Amino acid sequence: MRANLFADWKSALATALIALLAAYTLPTVLQWAVFNAVFAPDANACQTARGTGACWGVIVEKWRLIIFGRYPFDAHWRPEVATLLLLGLVAMSCVRAFWKKWLAILWLVVVPAFFLLMSGGPLGLAKVPTDQWGGLPLTVMIATFSILVAFPLSILVALGRRSHLPAIRTLCVVYVELIRGVPLVSLLFMASFLFPLFLPVGKSPDVLLRVMVAMTLFAAAYLAETVRGGLQAIPAGQVEAARSLGLTWWQAQRKIVLPQALALVVPGIMNGFIAMFKDTSLVTIVSLYELTGALNIALNSDANWRPFKIEGYIFIAVIYFAFCFAMSRYSLWIEARLGESRNR
Amino acid sequence: MSKARGWSWRSQAFRGLVFQLLAVVLVAFGAWYLAHNTLANMQARGIRSGFDFLLQPAGFDIGESLIPYDSLNAYWRAFLVGILNTLRVAITGIVLATILGALIGMGRFSRNAIVRGLCYAYVEWFRNIPVLLQLLMWYLLFAEYLPPLLDAPSIGGVIYLSKAGLSLPVPTWSAAAGFAWSIPHPEGFAMEGGVSASPEFMAVLMGLVLYTSAFIAEVVRAGLASVPRGQLEAAASLGLSRWKTTRLVIVPQALRVIIPPLTSQYLNLTKNSSLAVAIGYPDVVSVATTALNNTGRAVECIALVMAVFLTTSLSTSALMNWYNQRAAIKER
Repeated sequence: MRANLFADWKSALATALIALLAAYTLPTVLQWAVFNAVFAPDANACQTARGTGACWGVIVEKWRLIIFGRYPFDAHWRPEVATLLLLGLVAMSCVRAFWKKWLAILWLVVVPAFFLLMSGGPLGLAKVPTDQWGGLPLTVMIATFSILVAFPLSILVALGRRSHLPAIRTLCVVYVELIRGVPLVSLLFMASFLFPLFLPVGKSPDVLLRVMVAMTLFAAAYLAETVRGGLQAIPAGQVEAARSLGLTWWQAQRKIVLPQALALVVPGIMNGFIAMFKDTSLVTIVSLYELTGALNIALNSDANWRPFKIEGYIFIAVIYFAFCFAMSRYSLWIEARLGESRNR
Repeated sequence: MSKARGWSWRSQAFRGLVFQLLAVVLVAFGAWYLAHNTLANMQARGIRSGFDFLLQPAGFDIGESLIPYDSLNAYWRAFLVGILNTLRVAITGIVLATILGALIGMGRFSRNAIVRGLCYAYVEWFRNIPVLLQLLMWYLLFAEYLPPLLDAPSIGGVIYLSKAGLSLPVPTWSAAAGFAWSIPHPEGFAMEGGVSASPEFMAVLMGLVLYTSAFIAEVVRAGLASVPRGQLEAAASLGLSRWKTTRLVIVPQALRVIIPPLTSQYLNLTKNSSLAVAIGYPDVVSVATTALNNTGRAVECIALVMAVFLTTSLSTSALMNWYNQRAAIKER
């Protein structure tokens, strides 16, 4: 206590200042968030408490619209089941004990099941067009599938950027630098306005697919730079040794270089995944209503509840935080595991 | 590995050549295919192309501008206003985020446990929430809770904070009156004198600074942690004071680790300033989308935005590389 809070006069001064500040602000914050807050979904009570207390009732009232967006209200169980399946599978894939053949088969089953549940069609499920998909299921879906495609792509690009073939190297450098030089928003505008022009007349794919392609290309360029950092740390002698043992270039990369290089850059890769998850919020700008967008339409459409948007923002901020914080903890756990195996 | 010469599949050089040729042909074909489709689509929809629209009058107003602008001005001037607005928020943001990030990063090494804990909580909270959400929240807070202009609270009658934004006094210089302060004061429905920052500008700035400073704090922390403990002990045994140790021993060595990732944070901040489009701050992306909707020239408008950001990114990284070379270890 003494060493931590009052080691010398500067430290003691800091402690005292912070205590003073806390004594001044904490009661106000607590009063707003807890004591004066309205927890029941009662718009009139919220109006009376406005300015002095938070209205958590807005979340009780609107949580289904915030989480599931514009998806038909009666069919909310479908995105719910689909997202839980997908999240469960992702969580399982994070545990080494489950890395068996049946996990790959499970992926092959769950991914089609996800899209079947979301879009409907067969099995007597009503068809739901993609422009009605929204909320947390859309966030999870864009993040998961963009990461799944971007990661292998980024490894290829990183290898290409270190290739001794000048044409391949140049193509990879131009791709990475172009994408990293522009903001994601401009790529999303491109996906929404320009991709339809790029494809044959009248044959433009769904806007959701176009946006996911843009997100994937964006994420792959950033991940490729991280992976390249790992590749550079592997001594050239290792590849030479592998080649002199008779391994082909691909075998040497796959069995010798990549396992070591990827293990080195686990924190960077996980940061890339976290950034990807946060970046899904940008698709709101091109009118796809994921969590952030779903909140806006859920509250803007109802004049009774519109004034309590800040509570809604806090609610989804906590959801985003939970996902991202869990991912960064997982990254620390892997690092610790890798550290163990390295020190053995 | 056989080194057979000639046109054999066993020759590595030959295989390399074939792969490269294949890649180039594929990419060239892809580019031709996209360009061909684009032209066909434009013809089918009757879209005209070209940059000639830049000389026509824009016909829309822009909320805030550093240079004189009205809706009769040409599109190129509207774009210039947007670029200046982007630069204004990016440069202010970079300066503030660096100061805040450095303080918080150093706070992680404080001897006081509460300071350490608060800095850790700050970093984890602000970097794990999407920056777009933070911008929207700040904008809502400013729009909702700031007092109206007429009863704007002021500090000493020179700094005002209201729905019209933050107004600060500025020094002015004219040949006739010499050096003077231009002090803001409410005049009817607007602020007169001084400089004002609109709520949109403040929301973008606040969101970008808080988000980026959390990342900069981590960069600074890693840099400071990279200086071995023995160096501090050596400096102390030479009799250097704490302040001198920091200035002469720690900072020069930590900077070498800090500068490369710091550069990419600066670039991230600049690119993230494009999110201003979501709350209506007239940055270059907002201007471009308005121009796009008015003229329908999607290819040209998006190309202009990308060119602006590519130039900024490449020149910033060139500048930071130059500085990095100066700060790097001088080998004999």
